[in-house]
Amino acid sequence: MQNNEPKHPMEQYLRMDRMPHIWCSSCGLGSVVTAFMKGMKRAGIDLNKVVVVSGIGCTGRVAGYVKLDSYHTTHGRAIPFATGLKMANRDLTVAVISGDGDLFAIGGNHLIHAARRNLDLNVICVNNFIYGMTGGQNAPTTPLEAYSSTAPYGNYEHPFNLVGLAAAAGASYVARWTALHLQRIQDSVEVMANKKGFCFMEIVSPCSTVFARKNKGGTGLDLLQEYKQRAIIDHSANPTEIPLDMDGEMVCGVFVNEEKLTFWENVQKGISRKVKRHPLYVEDKKTQY
Amino acid sequence: MVCAKISVPILQSSLSERRTKLKQSNLHGEFFLQGNVACAEAAVSAGCRFFGGYPITPASEIAERMAFRLPQVGGAFVQFEDEIGSMASILGASWAGVKSMTASSGPGISLMLENIGLGIMMEAPCVIVNVQRGSPSTGLPTSWGQSDMMQARFGSHGDYGVIALAPKSPQEYFDLTVKAFNFSEKYRLPVFVMSDAVVGHMTEKVVIPPVEELEIIDRKYTDKKPEDYHPYEIKKGDWVPDFAKAGDGYLYHSTGLTHDHRGYPDMSEKCHVQLVNRLIDKIKKNIDDISMVEERDLEGADVIVVSYGITSRTVVPGINLAKKKGIKVGYLRLITVWPFPEQKIRDLAKKVKGFVVPEINMGQVVIDVERCAGCVKTISVPHPGGGLHKPEDIARAIEEVAYAK
Ligand SMILES: Cc1ncc(C[n+]2csc(CCOP(=O)(O)OP(=O)(O)O)c2C)c(N)n1
Ligand code: SF4
Repeated sequence: MQNNEPKHPMEQYLRMDRMPHIWCSSCGLGSVVTAFMKGMKRAGIDLNKVVVVSGIGCTGRVAGYVKLDSYHTTHGRAIPFATGLKMANRDLTVAVISGDGDLFAIGGNHLIHAARRNLDLNVICVNNFIYGMTGGQNAPTTPLEAYSSTAPYGNYEHPFNLVGLAAAAGASYVARWTALHLQRIQDSVEVMANKKGFCFMEIVSPCSTVFARKNKGGTGLDLLQEYKQRAIIDHSANPTEIPLDMDGEMVCGVFVNEEKLTFWENVQKGISRKVKRHPLYVEDKKTQY
Repeated sequence: MVCAKISVPILQSSLSERRTKLKQSNLHGEFFLQGNVACAEAAVSAGCRFFGGYPITPASEIAERMAFRLPQVGGAFVQFEDEIGSMASILGASWAGVKSMTASSGPGISLMLENIGLGIMMEAPCVIVNVQRGSPSTGLPTSWGQSDMMQARFGSHGDYGVIALAPKSPQEYFDLTVKAFNFSEKYRLPVFVMSDAVVGHMTEKVVIPPVEELEIIDRKYTDKKPEDYHPYEIKKGDWVPDFAKAGDGYLYHSTGLTHDHRGYPDMSEKCHVQLVNRLIDKIKKNIDDISMVEERDLEGADVIVVSYGITSRTVVPGINLAKKKGIKVGYLRLITVWPFPEQKIRDLAKKVKGFVVPEINMGQVVIDVERCAGCVKTISVPHPGGGLHKPEDIARAIEEVAYAK
């Protein structure tokens, strides 16, 4: 009997016992999670060794739905938590998935330092231009003049350009897609999973409930259609020169894809000879100093 | 090209392999060591293989020593951009199955409190060393205090049980750091070592035993199959869930939200009541195992001086002055400050005239002594820090209790 029951195509990858999820209908987060899991599967790595760490927010709830070892931590601290996991077990593939407020406001300092160190982490930031979970307050990505519940007269602050910031801080891989570029997101997840060093992907995603409502954007579907019209792909664009605003082009693509020594490789390089000479050094074939 | 896959550190090998490696890596013998260095060596002996920290006086020597020692034993050291990141990182390392630690002082611990709460909620074993200095705020960077005792107990938001140990000498700093790791593994929570600038910076003889002579406790890993495993399930009569580490195929979820036995968020009153009670009970019901005190002359005493950490050394001349005047004074030192030995104080209160509680703060632990002493007189001898108690001050307080009507 069981065999005839229709199976959800993602059953293998999601915690079905937690469905339905808490996200609004036509929010971009569902597609992002699907694309992430499919990309990870395509990456061909053992999913038992893939760990997801999230902060707090609508996006922060991703960790709770993926069928992986997963941690829902505190607001802004997913990256340092992930750093500890990765440094303590370098066999893990550690992905951080969180919101723009989580990663760039409260967690901004951790992000730029992790990029600077070139820590071997995959960071995915879902940018919906607003604080979704807390009801639509201003985010560090809210476009100038956009409305939010703490910008009732329109936002006065210049927003961060996330890809520019990540690239300038030293990330090895930097990409931007919208939640409509599902194949591209999968490609990027696949590349990031197999790439060493700090990899960053921004996914521009519609917040149908608060961002659309505050800015007369219509439904989630309307927002998606708008993003579709505005998105162009240009891999050669300079990431520092492609900010996002209320109506211009949304330049997407893979802007940085470099090879450089990771934090841990630099650690090994730095200490290999000196450490071995020390009387308390432990010979361990597995620890390749 | 450098190889992409780098293998796991030695702490992820089997227990017996681990013990052999530890034996080789542990510094042992008799040394003349600074307290903070003794603390770092204790961490290495206890099996700590990850340190995340941010420099601060008077705790920096611990980070410096760990930066030097961890690479020798296959561990990792990361100097973070702040204490918030440091604390989050040791929780992550703990979930990877590695014993982890951070060290700081008041201003840094203030920043760590958020993730200390997360560690409590997620039940992630790790050790936090607080080398206390004078405060509030940046206060006295190079001078001492015991001003964070209540912060250790109640600093993070919400209700939870906590373990805090207070060493009085470099030797004890070593011993208690090993104990702190043991408690954190056994009860699955962040454990505090509450030293101060004096104990941290003084240099004294420290005997470090070989690892095989130390009692080292490791966390209890689950023997269940992944499909039967729930990260927060407890057996009857047990308060601490079995552990499974990331990457072993258990595919569990852990969150700082109120969660059920599967680690899934559950906002029901029932679930919250159960969880919060268990977090408190796992410490409270095991107080006999956790509580450590040093006692002298309690039998027949009229007055008992209750102290902890460095203060327990400076009160001795004051006690002696009072004894010369014929007063019967007992000495009770809290080695484990939290959980507080409530029953012990209640029992003593039935037999004595009162208690004297000197602390290098304006009166923190004394609140609990008063609470348990009931009607029996309790005198606080506060000192805000930057100096130590004078013997006369202690003696005067003892007399006040002894001659009270
Ligand atoms: C320390 C702390 N401060 C504030 C909050 C409240 N809070 C929860 S989610 C959130 C913003 C999340 O926004 P974003 O990261 O953009 O994620 P989204 O919900 O839009 O996906 C805030 C401020 C919190 N949980 N913790
Ligand atoms: S509030 Fe916005 S971001 Fe959050 S679930 Fe709803 S649509 Fe998505």
